[in-house]
Amino acid sequence: MDLVITLLIILAKVIGLTFLVVLPLVPISVYFERRFSAIIQDRVGPNRVGIPLTLFGAKKDFSFFGLVQPMADGLKLFLKEDFTPSHVRKAFYWLAPALVVVPALVTVCVVPFGSDIIVNGVAHKLVIADLDVGPLFVFAISSLSVYGITLAGWSSNSKFPFIGGVRSTAQMISYEIALGLSVVPVLLYFGDLNLSNIVEQQAANGWLLLPLWGNSVPWNNGGDYTAWLFWIPAVIAFVIFTTSVFAETNRMPFDLPECETELVGGYHTEYSSMKFAMFFMGEYAAMVIGSSLVVTLFLGGWSLGFGLDAKISALSIGGFGIGGLIHMAVFMTKVVAFILFFILVRWTVPRFRYDQLMRLGWVIFFEAALINVFLAALVIAAPQFGAISTIGGLALLAVVTGALVWVLKVSEKKTVPVSI
Amino acid sequence: MAVVKVTRPKLNTGEKMYLGAIFKGFIITMKHAIASMRNKTRGAEAMESTGLGITMQYPEQKWDEHLPEYYRGAPALVTDEQDRERCVSCQLCEFICPPKAIKITPGEIPSDDPWAKVEKRPKEFEIDMIRCIYCGMCEEVCPEQAIYLRKDYAITGLKRADMVHDKKKLYEIGGKRVGLVNKWNELK
Repeated sequence: MDLVITLLIILAKVIGLTFLVVLPLVPISVYFERRFSAIIQDRVGPNRVGIPLTLFGAKKDFSFFGLVQPMADGLKLFLKEDFTPSHVRKAFYWLAPALVVVPALVTVCVVPFGSDIIVNGVAHKLVIADLDVGPLFVFAISSLSVYGITLAGWSSNSKFPFIGGVRSTAQMISYEIALGLSVVPVLLYFGDLNLSNIVEQQAANGWLLLPLWGNSVPWNNGGDYTAWLFWIPAVIAFVIFTTSVFAETNRMPFDLPECETELVGGYHTEYSSMKFAMFFMGEYAAMVIGSSLVVTLFLGGWSLGFGLDAKISALSIGGFGIGGLIHMAVFMTKVVAFILFFILVRWTVPRFRYDQLMRLGWVIFFEAALINVFLAALVIAAPQFGAISTIGGLALLAVVTGALVWVLKVSEKKTVPVSI
Repeated sequence: MAVVKVTRPKLNTGEKMYLGAIFKGFIITMKHAIASMRNKTRGAEAMESTGLGITMQYPEQKWDEHLPEYYRGAPALVTDEQDRERCVSCQLCEFICPPKAIKITPGEIPSDDPWAKVEKRPKEFEIDMIRCIYCGMCEEVCPEQAIYLRKDYAITGLKRADMVHDKKKLYEIGGKRVGLVNKWNELK
């Protein structure tokens, strides 16, 4: 009996969090993308599609800022002809869209959506699988989605998708390294790989990028400035991590695998109807997961901050702890805000050239992330090291950084100005 | 020809860092976004935009009072101040019409009519608005100033037959036009 109840709870979590929380975020972010890009470009965007109440005899149609637009788009994609060109390799062509969507949705399972919900005195965590290797699991699974894109490019058996697929492979592999290395300082600081524990620590002791309450403030912990000093490596890690997430999700400054102006549609040129929609969905789901990961690691996850979280967690109505739901709302707000940032970046920064992309990934971010690990370790170890060793470490860091910068400068090929 | 050597501008350290430029870009795009939200986009007032950007929301608001004097809309037939048909069905417009949108069936004015000296008037006058390209050649060629391009632009219909304007419809759009017309002139 207990087993059945446990299974039912897991099922409820899977369905609730994946299909009722993350998947609806996909059309919502598409809608936001269209409206936000519109107002950036002094346009209006889709504001008409609503519920056609006039069909049922009402006086006026109901168009709530065009919020029904994504549903109309979805319906359109379902009803379109699903055309399979004759020159494709069928099995892989059919497999590829699924391989893009599935990894993005599997990674949902380690994201902590809120604090515990208490039902009948039993606390239920708002996370599907409370793994002790959270970030590693996310990296392992999300990097699988490159198979989908590469297979799509190859199986389409035409040149533009193929170039898109190859570019995507190279880009994903390059930025996977920066992504993994940039998160190392964060994990060093928390000493834990469980995302729920990381968020709980941030809720109690201040977010990684906002250490202003709890134990991280010097006058609360007996004059320990570690948390405040750690802000520097944390910001560097944040910048590298966020940029790498952009690259991993094929978003705008790095959307070389599908850039319309160069490759028609990139890897999904030959796809139509729902198969194309699956790529679309996978891309946006990856965006949602990426931003929830950034929010979880750097911006406090579901915590509201300023020491209010313990009070929120204690809220309950008739033995049913609603604190978790409030925290979930906070988390969703943060994720949507970060998605809006994604969109702002897309409509601000022009696309990188391919060599610039590779240079940024391999030469700048890789080195910066490595140096950042050193710096973070030094900051964390400084209280135990004592002054002399710390200064020695800093000097070593400076020398290593200087040497790296010098090597970069020397190795860069000087281009002679071309006379016309 | 003089040789001009073009060199790339030297970037200083701040520009090489690239992040500053990105933030500048953010500020510019956000400025546009906020201006759009507040209906303060440049040109929004002139276009009578209803809130977002400079776009005029079409069915609620229309271009009508912004249309210039020379706007070429739907062609239509006009009557003079005494409600007499100006058209003498000379069929010049039918012949000049580049997409062959006009079809005229000429009719005779009976001899007992007070204006029998005009001799002809159109029995049928049809303009197929699916074909019409709004070029205004019919207006230009008409010797009697009987056909004009009016400012109507929303020509709609549920089937092809709806889009063919017959004589009644054309006079309805055209209305009255006051001024000298050759054929009513007693001296001519």
